[in-house]
Amino acid sequence: MSATAGKLEQLPGLPCTEECLLRAGNTNCGGCGMSTGLTMLGRALRDAGETCTLVIPACCGIVTAGAFPTTSYGVPTVATTFASAPAVASGLASIRDLNGEPGQVICWAGDGGTYDIGLATLSAAAERNENIIYFCYDNEIYGNTGGQRSSSTPAAAHTTTTPWGKAEDKKDIVSIMAAHRIPYAATLSIAHPEDFADKIKQALSMTGMRFLLIHSPCPTGWKSEPADSVELVRIAVNSGLFPLYEVFHGLDYKINVEPDGTTDPADYFSRQKRFHPDEIDLEATRKRCENRFNQLRALARINLAPVS
Amino acid sequence: MTLQVVTGNHAAGYALSTAGEANRTARGAACGIYPITPQTEIVEYVAKFPFSKGRVVPVESEHSAMGVTMGAALGGARSFTASSANGLAYMTENIMVAGYYRLPIVMVAVNRTLGPPWNIWVDQGDTLMLRDFAWLQFYCEDNQEVLDTTLLAFRLAEDHRILLPVMVCMDAFIVSHTQMETDLPDQAQVDRFLPDLDLKHRLRYDEARTIGGLSWPQEGLSMRLEIDEAMGRVPEVFQECRSAFTEAFGRDPGDQLQTFETEDAETVIVATGTMATTAREVVRHRREAGERIGLVKLKMFRPFPQESLRQACRPASRIAVLDRNYAAGSGGVFWQDTRAAFQGHRDDLLIQNYLAGLCGGDVTPAVIEQILDDLADRTEAGSPAWIGIDEHSEVPV
Repeated sequence: MSATAGKLEQLPGLPCTEECLLRAGNTNCGGCGMSTGLTMLGRALRDAGETCTLVIPACCGIVTAGAFPTTSYGVPTVATTFASAPAVASGLASIRDLNGEPGQVICWAGDGGTYDIGLATLSAAAERNENIIYFCYDNEIYGNTGGQRSSSTPAAAHTTTTPWGKAEDKKDIVSIMAAHRIPYAATLSIAHPEDFADKIKQALSMTGMRFLLIHSPCPTGWKSEPADSVELVRIAVNSGLFPLYEVFHGLDYKINVEPDGTTDPADYFSRQKRFHPDEIDLEATRKRCENRFNQLRALARINLAPVS
Repeated sequence: MTLQVVTGNHAAGYALSTAGEANRTARGAACGIYPITPQTEIVEYVAKFPFSKGRVVPVESEHSAMGVTMGAALGGARSFTASSANGLAYMTENIMVAGYYRLPIVMVAVNRTLGPPWNIWVDQGDTLMLRDFAWLQFYCEDNQEVLDTTLLAFRLAEDHRILLPVMVCMDAFIVSHTQMETDLPDQAQVDRFLPDLDLKHRLRYDEARTIGGLSWPQEGLSMRLEIDEAMGRVPEVFQECRSAFTEAFGRDPGDQLQTFETEDAETVIVATGTMATTAREVVRHRREAGERIGLVKLKMFRPFPQESLRQACRPASRIAVLDRNYAAGSGGVFWQDTRAAFQGHRDDLLIQNYLAGLCGGDVTPAVIEQILDDLADRTEAGSPAWIGIDEHSEVPV
């Protein structure tokens, strides 16, 4: 047997090359919004000439890496326990900063790790204004374990643990993060790639805690056609179901895409079998979207500047 | 080196901080900290230490304390923390991960009763529930030993032949809050003793590697086997570290298993922590009365020093294992491993378990006398004996 910890030495440490955040050959599902998000993130980092270290808790994002000793990630990556990504990232970012090294420390987590089990850790890292970027790819479900409810699952969605439809509405995580008065919180959609890239660029230009929420279709959990993924989240944005906006320092709100006034949220529900048409109150849904937008518009009008 | 009167917590905080400071010429030091009685003073000491290249992150839970500490270690920094009792229970998931990541983290654990019922006094059940993770465990009996073992732990953990985290344990209050004369080495001495940490498998910003992800059974098996091989190298590397320590600081930090009067002892007490201190005095008195009795103090519990224990007990016919812990449905944890060490080697040996000082009960010389009297009356070992139950004036047999 080896005289030293041989496997540790043999871990494949390949040089990071361009365009390699997510390498070809992973086993993600067709139509996976997270995969598209990773590709877009990789492109944005490349365009900005940035490198990163990925910190990924238990979620589909770490299954993406594949099995040791291979990895689908072309950047340094660590798999953490479910609730620990922001804590591990805090340690890594501290040592990066102490040593004056380049590169972003990026958490890449699902909604389970963000809204639920990891919320206390995330809140604490936000309160400390850790110098990290936190992405939540929000597929509104525990996708990795086969589709159970999370606190991000929208009302009426059927999951394996809400077999008759979820009674409660989705948690408003961006408001929670904005309430920490972190430098930057924003929502992103893979159907709006330019807005997506702009927001990453914005995040890269800042320091401290940056929180980005990606609406991330999951055909397996949403029971939708893989080819419909981008279209579904486009409907969500254009109908007002998933507003695209930014919050600077918890004060300054900016709406990026207004509802187009013609896209009907009914299409969003009818194309996913996790919703049953007879259980959706479209009138109430439209009213809720309107309320939310009116609230965001009011916040955007106040336009407060942070006190430095 | 300065002789000062300080608490066990102060000694631990001093050791962790100076060890972290010693890595300022490399990638620095960092840790996540969270308070819990009776270790709080350790993290308070660390929090106010003026690190030249370090960061102390006060987090929201023990789970995150170990999370931040692991992140720092993955970045190649010297990293450490402290906890106790339910804090360790809450931290457990990440404690396990630190071992499997092969991170040389040092954690000082103050042994306290796991609640409920809530109680802040000593019981070793908290760290012993963590025995099966890939951590080394040392149990200390006084402040100097806490300081020395903590410093030694870094050198041992960071040795490329080991690369495993180390837990340094002390008894709540009896050590943590008791002031004793302690030699506090100066920073220059610690600098000389602890080389810069060079963690080969750390994350590098320009190198793509994935740590801690999925693996197939064969690869997982190899990683577990490597931990076992590293554990197997601990006794030898420990002795090297011990010699280096003695050279650097001019005192012996103590062996992994320490014997007292066992050379011809027919009866041996196996004890840990401050119970060993008390037992040593009882052994001394009984020796004066002509009894052939000795003491084995288990300083190192993981890896378990089976061979040394068998050697130390060669002349013995009966052993009393003192356990300040209770593994429900079984007995004392030290007793289980002691029995396993002799199984197939010394089936003639009478090994009796005494559950003593649980939930913070005092283990006085009288208690140990009572245990030895009970042991002397036995013709064969029985089930673990509960000591200190009020309804029974005598040891249940």
